[in-house]
Amino acid sequence: MSVQTFTTAATVDDAVAAVAAGARPVAGGTDFVVGARTGKSTMPESVVAIHRIAELHGVESLADGGLRLGALASHAEIAASDDVRERFTALSDASAIVGSHATRAHGTVGGNLMNASPAMETGGPLVVLGATATLRSPSGTRSVAVEDLWTGPGKTSAAADELLVGVEVPAPAAGTGSSYLRLEYRRQMEIAVVGASASVTVADGVVTNARIAMTALSATIRRVPEAEAALIGSDGGTAAIEKAGAAVAAAATPISDVRGSADYRRAMAAVIARRAIETALSRARGENT
Amino acid sequence: MKVAATLNVNGFSYPVELDPGMNLLAAVRDVVGLTGSKEGCDDSECGACMMLLDGQPVNACSYLALQAEGSAITTVEGLADGDTLAPLQAAFLDLGGVQCGFCTPGMLVSATALLAGNPNPTEDEVRIGLSGNLCRCTGYDGIVKAVLSVAETADRG
Repeated sequence: MSVQTFTTAATVDDAVAAVAAGARPVAGGTDFVVGARTGKSTMPESVVAIHRIAELHGVESLADGGLRLGALASHAEIAASDDVRERFTALSDASAIVGSHATRAHGTVGGNLMNASPAMETGGPLVVLGATATLRSPSGTRSVAVEDLWTGPGKTSAAADELLVGVEVPAPAAGTGSSYLRLEYRRQMEIAVVGASASVTVADGVVTNARIAMTALSATIRRVPEAEAALIGSDGGTAAIEKAGAAVAAAATPISDVRGSADYRRAMAAVIARRAIETALSRARGENT
Repeated sequence: MKVAATLNVNGFSYPVELDPGMNLLAAVRDVVGLTGSKEGCDDSECGACMMLLDGQPVNACSYLALQAEGSAITTVEGLADGDTLAPLQAAFLDLGGVQCGFCTPGMLVSATALLAGNPNPTEDEVRIGLSGNLCRCTGYDGIVKAVLSVAETADRG
């Protein structure tokens, strides 16, 4: 099938109406065009380009200490934000390494989330930072936790008439540090072979909160409660970090593909998770990493 | 059904009729007729098709042509000033940055974008910045030297 109709939406209302009528939204196109060509997905009959909608752009620091990302915020824009780098560091880590500078200039956080790849870079950080996605349809707007957004590879819990319009990240608690790390073979145009995200809060030498998520290790990016439990209440020392890393490896249900075997991924899961946690802890303690 | 559109490439407006699913690389090469940009992998891996869209690098093989309407598109043909090569192009020739030449248009465009954002990069920053562009001749050393020479020239100026 080839694309029969192409429209460019000027407003969110236009875009939502087009999506509700069956059009597939396209923003940076970085997944869309390649996916259609490689047969991963077919080219839709109807496409609505949403990249010109001004109100969906932007990275905004909120008065309550939170962060609002327009669905069209590009990876480059997010990576260039000092506030994201200082306070939502895991997201900065991830946005800075998506694709190449060409991908980052046009690829968007909304597209990254809604394509629902279990290997996407920005998903794990947004999960551990407790982000929520805002979905709009002709009948209204609803929020869904980013960790509840995916139901399988390439599948989301969004209804067919819903368009992701933005992402909100709550203010991190004092003493929080976060990190995202991936195993990669190449420095750009790379996809995580294995990835891990960590957000930890340290108070008086004790880990009071921890969120750990794994990437490219299960059908969707997801949190690993056993790893979080291994850290919470601990001193964040080597023993607790080892235990958390082992918990991630135990929870992993990876696939074997051209990028790595399931056994290799499982073995590396512990290593990458450990390093992500160590970095997040260093950042939480205010060490310079 | 084809759609009438206008693409602005290297400062010229081209009235075109495009299939709505056509990518920007195919539109510029086959419809506009500027064949400097190359199709390497057709999968966003190699960067041979790289162009600038309002100054930002884009893998044109993976961008819908109709989305580029209203943006300024720059290809390798638009880097020189008439018959005068851009400093980066001259440096590629002087310092052995060109072997078979297939990756060169994308490399030049990518390096142009890199230097626009970071006029004085370190060697590591050049290598990371260009690592979305593959050279099948593996002639990276000359390419990196060429980019650094232009950065140093800019610095001395």
